[in-house]
Amino acid sequence: MRIPRLLSAAAAAGAAALLALAGPAAADDPSATPSASASAGGSDTPPNEAGTNFLNATVLRQGQTGTASASAGDYLYWTFPADTGQHVTVNATVTFPAATPRHGASTWQVDVYDGLRRRQACRYGSQTRTAAADATSVALTCHLRAIRSWAEPWSNDPLRGAYYVRLTDLSLPPADLGLPVAASVQVTSDGTAGSQAVDGSVAPVVSANGPAVAPSGGWAGTWWSPRWLWTGGGGLLAALFAVGAHRLARGPVTRGGAGYRSDVPDSPREPAGWTS
Amino acid sequence: MIFRKLLTAGAAGGLFAVLACGLVPAQAAADEPATPQPTPKVELVLDVSGSMRARDIDGESRMSAAKQAFDDVLDSVPQGVDLGIRTLGADYPGPDRKTGCKDTRLLYPVGPLDRTDAKTAVATLVPTGWTPIGPALLKAADDLKGGNGTRRMVLITDGEDTCAPLNPCDVARDIAARGIHLVIDTLGLIPDASTRNQLSCIAEATGGTYTSVEHRQQLTTKVKQLVHRSTAPVVTPVATEGSPSCADAPLLKQGIYTDRETFATSRWYRVEVQPGQELRASASVSDDRVVNANYGVLLRGVTQRGREIVRDDEAGTGRTDAVSAGIRYPKPHADSGTPAETVCLEVGNSFSAPASVKVVPGLPVELSIDLVHGPDQPSDVAFFGLGRGWWLLGLLALTGVVAGLITGWIARWSLNTGRTR
Repeated sequence: MRIPRLLSAAAAAGAAALLALAGPAAADDPSATPSASASAGGSDTPPNEAGTNFLNATVLRQGQTGTASASAGDYLYWTFPADTGQHVTVNATVTFPAATPRHGASTWQVDVYDGLRRRQACRYGSQTRTAAADATSVALTCHLRAIRSWAEPWSNDPLRGAYYVRLTDLSLPPADLGLPVAASVQVTSDGTAGSQAVDGSVAPVVSANGPAVAPSGGWAGTWWSPRWLWTGGGGLLAALFAVGAHRLARGPVTRGGAGYRSDVPDSPREPAGWTS
Repeated sequence: MIFRKLLTAGAAGGLFAVLACGLVPAQAAADEPATPQPTPKVELVLDVSGSMRARDIDGESRMSAAKQAFDDVLDSVPQGVDLGIRTLGADYPGPDRKTGCKDTRLLYPVGPLDRTDAKTAVATLVPTGWTPIGPALLKAADDLKGGNGTRRMVLITDGEDTCAPLNPCDVARDIAARGIHLVIDTLGLIPDASTRNQLSCIAEATGGTYTSVEHRQQLTTKVKQLVHRSTAPVVTPVATEGSPSCADAPLLKQGIYTDRETFATSRWYRVEVQPGQELRASASVSDDRVVNANYGVLLRGVTQRGREIVRDDEAGTGRTDAVSAGIRYPKPHADSGTPAETVCLEVGNSFSAPASVKVVPGLPVELSIDLVHGPDQPSDVAFFGLGRGWWLLGLLALTGVVAGLITGWIARWSLNTGRTR
């Protein structure tokens, strides 16, 4: 009788808690920073230019493919937003037009800087590559560390905010300097499901002096993490196990058992504190 | 009954926690400056020296290729760009070097563009004289004076400067050191090795780009691209001069600053940080000339008494345009009336150069200062102190089992001994 009732009550409470948790999470995102989403630099058309320094870096959205026609030896800059809990991957491709033959091998490198212009490490991926003289293209990749919402000021951890991509060649035959090349950059990310969620929040590291960068939906709220579900679910689980173990240890309810008064109707007459 | 109550209380507590957390305000994003962009200025500097007669660009002479490219470019100059054209070596055909090296003329003054006039002026050009790149750069820098917009010069030439000892690369560096933010892009038409070196050196000295051109279409697209680049909105940096010690360092506010710093030295600046604010500073030191392969940049935040608060350094090797470092310093909240803290910023570099390289003017330094709302200091590294993962679930379940067993046994014992009502 009571076990199903208790269980259903617990399930209902759990479901309500989950709904309450998930509801505001969905509603919070767009309303978090309306000003940021309004000034989200990039448009829907992918950029076909690249900047030449940190100040005029071209704004690129995640998922977009930014292209640029450039000269070998140029330093090409793009900037993109990265939000809390993302594992960001930067892919860059340099294509050499067939019309202008090159004189030797050239080495290309993609560097990623955070909003404070600190160079960020690539966890893996071919960040630097040498293209043979007859290669038609070279592809570079950089997988960043997970983006965090807070870090100690003394650390170099990647914080949410703007990131800069710099694409350039490290070495090339002198005769190839200034020859035309085509570059393309794409930034993608996948989530970390709260495994890297830390407490605290730093305002997105976007310099007011540089390009305005923000995700298309605005910066995510700083209070949501799947950790709420894990911890809440854990509490629920503990409660259910506690009920089960309690009943197990107390033993079955038997009519006429020692001290048991289960023949008495329960609800109206039970005094408070009675554990059924 | 107790369990039902506990459950109800737990659910209510959970809901309360959710509500409380939902009220944590999201951080505001950086404000976008909404000032209208001042008019950008572009000057095209065209070499009209005798060598432009060579017929090697798609079977045409270099001069006619340049003229056709100019026609196309003039047609596509964006609205609101002030464009000028300067020639070098267009007038004096004689052998006198002294006269030939003064031969640079403002063909079309920098201002709102009248396409017909500009095209007519370009059509009259005939390849004639010397290649006085250095003097032309100096004059062109004067042409672009005034206004707050971006300044860009596009130098199109097919040969190196013939007016030594004035090295155009040094000229370009001196122009850049004036702090007028003039960028010089260079294009070499079928360049030889020394032309390429000189033009890339000019571009490097001013943060511009160098392109070698072998086809007419390439010339047109590149010049169009460079002219269009001048319209990109950019915050204009403010020139400042750091001092060798913190005590008399310039006081900086939020913004972007430029300075010059000689090889392997430090410069100091000061910033006032209010309680509850976070100071964010980034420094980039550019190598605008040939430097040795290994280099580094140091950025430190120091109290006025000399205690280091935070530092970042970045070292590198090989070809680069700039080396950057950045620091954050969140100043904790304090009672109202607490005065702002003055933080000294030290920007140092460990660049070095071969003995043949001039060390004056110093390397360009770009310093970006942001003051934003300080972060929430977490009391626990984990997100709101919450846990995650199967170990957590296992532990909680185990705790529940233990707690249930204990209460169950207590219940059984008290019932069996009749110690309950």
